[in-house]
Amino acid sequence: MTKQHANWSPYDNNGGTCVAIAGSDYCVIAADTRMSTGYSILSRDYSKIHNCKADKAVLSSSGFQADVKALQKVLKSRHLVYQHQHNKQMSCPAMAQLLSNTLYFKRFFPYYAFNVLGGLDEEGKGCVFTYDAVGSYEKVGYSAQGSGSTLIMPFLDNQLKSPSPLLLPAQDAITPLSEPEAVDLVKTVFASATERDIYTGDKLEIMILKADGIRTEVMELRKTLSECWQHTLSIVLIRISTLGSLCYLELCLKFSCVVNRFSFSYL
Amino acid sequence: MTFTIPIDNGDALKNAETDSQRTLYPYVTGTSIVAIKYKDGVLMASDMGGSYGSTLRYKNIERVKAIGKHSLLGASGEISDFQEILRYLDELVLNDNMWDDGNSLGPKEVHNYLTRVMYNRRNKFNPLWNTLVLGGVKNGQSYLGMVSMIGVSFEDNHVATGFGNHLARPILRDEWHADLSFEDGVKLLEKCMRVLLYRDRSAINKLQIAKITEEGVTVSQPYSLKTFWEFQAFHNPTAGAQGSW
Repeated sequence: MTKQHANWSPYDNNGGTCVAIAGSDYCVIAADTRMSTGYSILSRDYSKIHNCKADKAVLSSSGFQADVKALQKVLKSRHLVYQHQHNKQMSCPAMAQLLSNTLYFKRFFPYYAFNVLGGLDEEGKGCVFTYDAVGSYEKVGYSAQGSGSTLIMPFLDNQLKSPSPLLLPAQDAITPLSEPEAVDLVKTVFASATERDIYTGDKLEIMILKADGIRTEVMELRKTLSECWQHTLSIVLIRISTLGSLCYLELCLKFSCVVNRFSFSYL
Repeated sequence: MTFTIPIDNGDALKNAETDSQRTLYPYVTGTSIVAIKYKDGVLMASDMGGSYGSTLRYKNIERVKAIGKHSLLGASGEISDFQEILRYLDELVLNDNMWDDGNSLGPKEVHNYLTRVMYNRRNKFNPLWNTLVLGGVKNGQSYLGMVSMIGVSFEDNHVATGFGNHLARPILRDEWHADLSFEDGVKLLEKCMRVLLYRDRSAINKLQIAKITEEGVTVSQPYSLKTFWEFQAFHNPTAGAQGSW
């Protein structure tokens, strides 16, 4: 009898993208809210972000949603046990190690989850940990995982130069950007990824962690061309204006006006 | 992504029972379920067909059942697995009632239980070959969710399984709005079911619509939808395809 091949796969990719950026006293974690299967959309309003309630640690995961949910439940219960045993909450680096171990525990039937853990470390500085599906992890200044990661990561490397590993050795573990600039960057990045990645879109959920608490922002992603471009343009124009060089920028959001004045091949 | 389950029956003597117990293919299947939230609760529609491959073997299968006091479960996929899930849920509700503490399982709890069951079966490589729709109302809160055979779950204002996901969901995305009246809800569901009837080969023209509100569950009597076949294209379907190409 020849080996039978299964006609079903225990895995599925439900898509989505997660991004996190660490700053001097904040951490920004963001993910889109689209859940897909194959070429269909299952939900336009599904959150990929899980607040570990562990002293400022927030986990964002994309990939196979059932595994992600199971992973989140396992971490939640392990954290509860930790709190009972140690009478304190887990720190972000501790949660990072726990996540790595949990993933490796299923090394031979992995959780198909691509994680980014963001939070504040024991000194109050932002920290981001990025993972693969079987638990290998690294503390970095910023990361993107999921279906849009290949579109986003190179752009982050370009914009967040100092923590980038492309400068050898990385100068900073964190970006010198301010919190509003980092949030703006995240919005820009997702607006672009939404254009070219079919699995990324609908809404963007952003969580900003600071010492005094967590703030959540939700932004609509690309629905119609004009809305999207107006929004993207406004972000791009603001970013350029901060370089102080151009004075045409009365923020005319009309697509045609801007095209006449600048030669953005980007558009 | 191909995935090989190591089923090697070469050593039949040693592995007598081990691998013949896994679900390999579905046999008798039900087609789509379409469900929406409306003003007073949840409406769920399904047809009554059970297909045996390409044969429409059974035409009187109820694929929507009440669970406890607050939930409605609809299933597409393997009917025998659906019946087993109903047995699991029977036990769950029984144990819950035995506490006799005035509490009862709400739709959220049942949905979570079903998600865990489906996921665990998938982990053991022996899935329950169903996509389930769980709807209900408890304490004024409506709930509608879905679980697939590998444990993927989510909740939304409108869900549909199988072909319904491709044909009905776009209609619902366009025309669903909060606080639909009962009549509007039924009309919307009938619109979806009609499209499925025209385009899904495993659908039959005998459907039931189930309603769940704070008061309880009502499953309608089976009925048929009016269809229209007088489109010109159907009169002479091969008109545009004469000769060879």
